[in-house]
Amino acid sequence: MKRIALALFSTFAIAASAHAVEYSQVQADQSRIAFGYQQMGVSMDGAFRKFSSQLRFDPAAPQAASATIEVELASIDTGSDEGDEEAARKTWFNTKDFPTARFESTGVKALGGNKYEVAGKLTIKGTTRDVVVPATFAEQGKAGVFEGSLTIKRGDFSVGEGAWKAFDVVANDVVIKFRITAAAK
Amino acid sequence: MSTPMNAHYTATAKTLHWLIAMLIFGMLGLGFYMTGLDVSPTKLQIYSWHKWVGVTVFLLVVVRLAWRITHRPPALPQHMAPIERIAAHAGHHLLYVLMFAIPLTGWLMSSAKGFQTVWFGVLPIPDLLAKDKALGDLLQTVHVVLNFVLIAVLLGHVGAALKHHFFDKDDVLTRMLPGRAD
Repeated sequence: MKRIALALFSTFAIAASAHAVEYSQVQADQSRIAFGYQQMGVSMDGAFRKFSSQLRFDPAAPQAASATIEVELASIDTGSDEGDEEAARKTWFNTKDFPTARFESTGVKALGGNKYEVAGKLTIKGTTRDVVVPATFAEQGKAGVFEGSLTIKRGDFSVGEGAWKAFDVVANDVVIKFRITAAAK
Repeated sequence: MSTPMNAHYTATAKTLHWLIAMLIFGMLGLGFYMTGLDVSPTKLQIYSWHKWVGVTVFLLVVVRLAWRITHRPPALPQHMAPIERIAAHAGHHLLYVLMFAIPLTGWLMSSAKGFQTVWFGVLPIPDLLAKDKALGDLLQTVHVVLNFVLIAVLLGHVGAALKHHFFDKDDVLTRMLPGRAD
């Protein structure tokens, strides 16, 4: 009887402790959203200085996880002031009318190991598209680190209009790379 | 006289001189034109071409220096005063230094600004410097200043060649001209 009670107790304890670890406190200084693209055959990269994210992730119940990320597009860092100003213009992000890009998860699927697939809706410049983001999760001390990348077509979101619409100088493919660190509650 | 008055430069030296001269004049014009453009696909294209030609000029200058070291050029005319000889040698040395330094600063500045140079869009030139905005701006200033020095030295170079031809009436200009190969 005592043994059964102990076994039951430890089962509950494990279950309880597993559910207790929910990563939700995003650490902005440990997080980064960057991007890469090709310009005249040259690999370029940049990042966004400001973004906010809310997420809930319990490794024991990944299907219940959710994430919302909002990127302040005017905070773009292309590496040059000229590039930053250009990106804010109407032909690119049109940050005046569309200041943020938003990703909102609709479902998380565990692929085994530390791999996950996060389905969601990505909204840039007034266009919303369904995307599936491959991501990995790793525990680092008391924090959880989510990393992944997603390749999108800038043309799908009308990013680069007018003279930029052709993809000969600035390629259509844009890789978005992210690293979000969140502490457990 | 040990060197005959009609001694010419070698055909290779002449070809490299005029080819590089044409590219330098084209690059100076392109450089000043492109920096004034608003950001556009055309501007990005022109910048790429400028870099590609810059790498090409650098390689031609390497060949030219190797040729210059292994092939003695015709001597300076006898009538030149010591001070004129010093000025001629200094000017030529400075031209070689600038022909190396200007493409090099262009390449380094491009790296520091985060744009790798990919020769003709095919051959990536390694980035010696990591992305560093302040360093990129500094190298840009150096690149521009060196080009103004180049313009000044070129004015002296062309002016001297014309002076030799029209005032001194010697063969300093004609021995670099095409044809009349020895």
